[in-house]
Amino acid sequence: MKLVVQRIALGLLLLLAVSVLIFAGTIILPGDVAQSILGQSATPEALANLREELGLNEPAITRYFDWLFAALQGDLGVALTNGRDIAESIGQRMSNTLFLAFWAALISVPLAILLGLIAVRYKDRWPDKAISAITLASISIPEFLIGYLLMYFIAVKLGWFPSVAMIGDHMNLLQKLQAIALPVMVLTLVVLAHMMRMTRAAILNVMQSAYIETAELKGLTGFQVIARHAFPNAIAPIVNVVMLNLAYLVVGVVVIEVVFVYPGMGQYLVDHVSKRDVPVVQACGLIFAAVYIGLNMIADIVSILANPRLRHPK
Amino acid sequence: MNDQLNHMAGQVAAGKMTRREFMGKAAALGISAAVASTMFAGAAHAAGPVKGGTIRVGIQGGGSSDSLDPALAANATATQVLRLWGEPLLELDPNGGLWPRLAESFEASADARVWTFKIRSGVNFSNGQTMTADDVLATMERHSGEDTKSGALGIMRGIKDMRVDGDQFIVELDKPNADLPYLLTDYHLLIQPGGGKDDPTAAIGTGPYVLKSVEPGVRFVGEKNPDYWDDTVGHADTIELIVINDDTARVAALQSGQVHMINRVPPRTAQLVGRAPNINLRTTSGPGHYVFIMHTNTAPFDNKDLRMALKYGINRQEMVDKILFGFGSVGNDTPINSSYPLFTELEQREYDPDKAAFHLKESGFDGTVLLRTSDNSFPGAPDAAALFQQSCGSAGINIEIKREPNDGYWSEVWNKQPFCTSYWGGRPTQDSMFSTAYLSTADWNDTRFNNEQFDQLLFAARGELDEGKRTQMYADMSTILRDEGGLICPMFNQFIDATTSDVDGWIDSQNGFDLNNFYAPMTMWVAA
Repeated sequence: MKLVVQRIALGLLLLLAVSVLIFAGTIILPGDVAQSILGQSATPEALANLREELGLNEPAITRYFDWLFAALQGDLGVALTNGRDIAESIGQRMSNTLFLAFWAALISVPLAILLGLIAVRYKDRWPDKAISAITLASISIPEFLIGYLLMYFIAVKLGWFPSVAMIGDHMNLLQKLQAIALPVMVLTLVVLAHMMRMTRAAILNVMQSAYIETAELKGLTGFQVIARHAFPNAIAPIVNVVMLNLAYLVVGVVVIEVVFVYPGMGQYLVDHVSKRDVPVVQACGLIFAAVYIGLNMIADIVSILANPRLRHPK
Repeated sequence: MNDQLNHMAGQVAAGKMTRREFMGKAAALGISAAVASTMFAGAAHAAGPVKGGTIRVGIQGGGSSDSLDPALAANATATQVLRLWGEPLLELDPNGGLWPRLAESFEASADARVWTFKIRSGVNFSNGQTMTADDVLATMERHSGEDTKSGALGIMRGIKDMRVDGDQFIVELDKPNADLPYLLTDYHLLIQPGGGKDDPTAAIGTGPYVLKSVEPGVRFVGEKNPDYWDDTVGHADTIELIVINDDTARVAALQSGQVHMINRVPPRTAQLVGRAPNINLRTTSGPGHYVFIMHTNTAPFDNKDLRMALKYGINRQEMVDKILFGFGSVGNDTPINSSYPLFTELEQREYDPDKAAFHLKESGFDGTVLLRTSDNSFPGAPDAAALFQQSCGSAGINIEIKREPNDGYWSEVWNKQPFCTSYWGGRPTQDSMFSTAYLSTADWNDTRFNNEQFDQLLFAARGELDEGKRTQMYADMSTILRDEGGLICPMFNQFIDATTSDVDGWIDSQNGFDLNNFYAPMTMWVAA
């Protein structure tokens, strides 16, 4: 319990540090939000007027603490560029991102673990080699290229699924699933190899142990040995790598969002970084950091729970 | 011959043949241009616009940080959204003339200093309020006031006084300007109720559509405004704009039939895209051009001979072939081409390594010239820079290329560094192009051009209502710019759009910009 509280406190401290880093980073980038909004049509007067209106003439420190106090009270503010409420916009985008991540995870995690188990069972025989070859190939091809290939064959040539994965409130679940079919496929291919190989390696490691030999000598079948005796003891490293991949599915899929025109958080963040819209960048950065920290914390806790020695310290 | 003509007319009606092709083929059949022109118009509208349905547009150039405030619109998506819900006083027509929108008519005083616009009556805003000349005045005030942040501020300068008289909106200028009506076609200048001073982002206007769904950088949905005053605009019940910034994704969306039209087809693949049976490639020539700009007040570019060496050292045709893939035409170191109303052809400057070497020797410069470029300065800019480096190399001019990041290019490199790549979308008239970028006091004088004779000619031409004399003045100014200026303009780019055969009614336009100056979604219709 103490351990968990410690972890959470550390996480919050990390978030604060992240917010300082993001703010500093956005300030260091060349140009400011006024210049980015007006772009090539900026005149000196219009720039000065816009800066005045957006409060950019305040010192950076003042702006940071103004933002921090408002954020602590739950007020993320409005975007400097278009005056829209940040919490509301992020709510929509975040739910889209989680929707895509959820379905990608639902397919890829069980599939990866299953493939990993199969690979161990048939170690060094053709199923193992085929699984390794295919997953390694799919992780080695850049994700946008996989996206384009699937788009060309499945959307343009066969017309099974749409190439534009636009989802909205007017669609029912089935329509939404059809819309995100292609991005889910690509994401699955991208994260599969990592998790599969970790499952395989971790279980193979355990398979060297004496108690596995005992289990085999008891007369259990290959799969029973793996599922009942090897897998529970290999769960900690697997959960770690699964959590890392889940975090990637939430925060790292901007390329997929662009290719499939999916309205998620990544594109939202990138658009606002390029406009130097600090409040939005801060809010997105914090959420991403929180997702990473949270998932890693879960991984730690699961490893503790899965390990009797850590669960019942002497 | 009749069969042939009927076939062609059918092609036109199906949108498979452009006006130019039709005219060319009709001429081959021995039909005079005037007759052919009438026949084209007849064929194109034989089927007639069909009302109803949904038109989906895949559009490039929008982000989730875009605002609905017309004053801040700065990209293709924002401009297209504005066109849906709002209208300016005047618009450019497809032939480069003026198309009256909220101003029914206009007239100038003899010295072109006082302009009177008669405001259309009986037009309502989408909130039910009637649009009046007072709204026009308030709108113009918002874009020109001391504290404005509008992107249109540059062109609103030089207005001395604005007032309303009944249904007339009157503008008084500091100096004569025969082109004022063209300046008012600027896309920022949509008429909003009360000038949009209370709520600039309310998206309430007099346009053919009313916005039903707004997700910046993602999707916009407009529904037909039932009270819209002009029957020739706005045929579909619903227009859906989907922001697709990735080139491949945009083309795929068109090919798979998810959208009916897209803008900015990448030139590299345009031929391939157009080959598909259900897709029509639409190219529009216009005033847009890709440039290399030198600051004429900064060493070594303050040396006229060095500038001349670089101008002779560029291979314009090669750029058109390899960067535009033929979708464009060669430039002549002036921002003006035949899309401008009072254009005079100047002698074409050609690639000439010998002359380039001669001018380099004259200049006495023997160092290396630093050229900055980035991917977003224009499509293919780094490749164009490399071509320039090679063609200059054979004349003994050393160019070093520095690749800059896209991010921050417009704030840190363009209009700051002495030599870089850039682009211009062009302007509707010579006057506005010259006063935007080549007048010595212009905000965007990105070549730091300072020529007294040029400035004088510019002011004189504004007050000159005799077209012949004005044409000559503009020709003289182009010549000065071409020989003295810091602009190297190798090419004018075409705008390449594509539509599927599910929509009809494309109008060939001469004034450039995407999607028929962003009117295609509203002037086209879903084919029956």
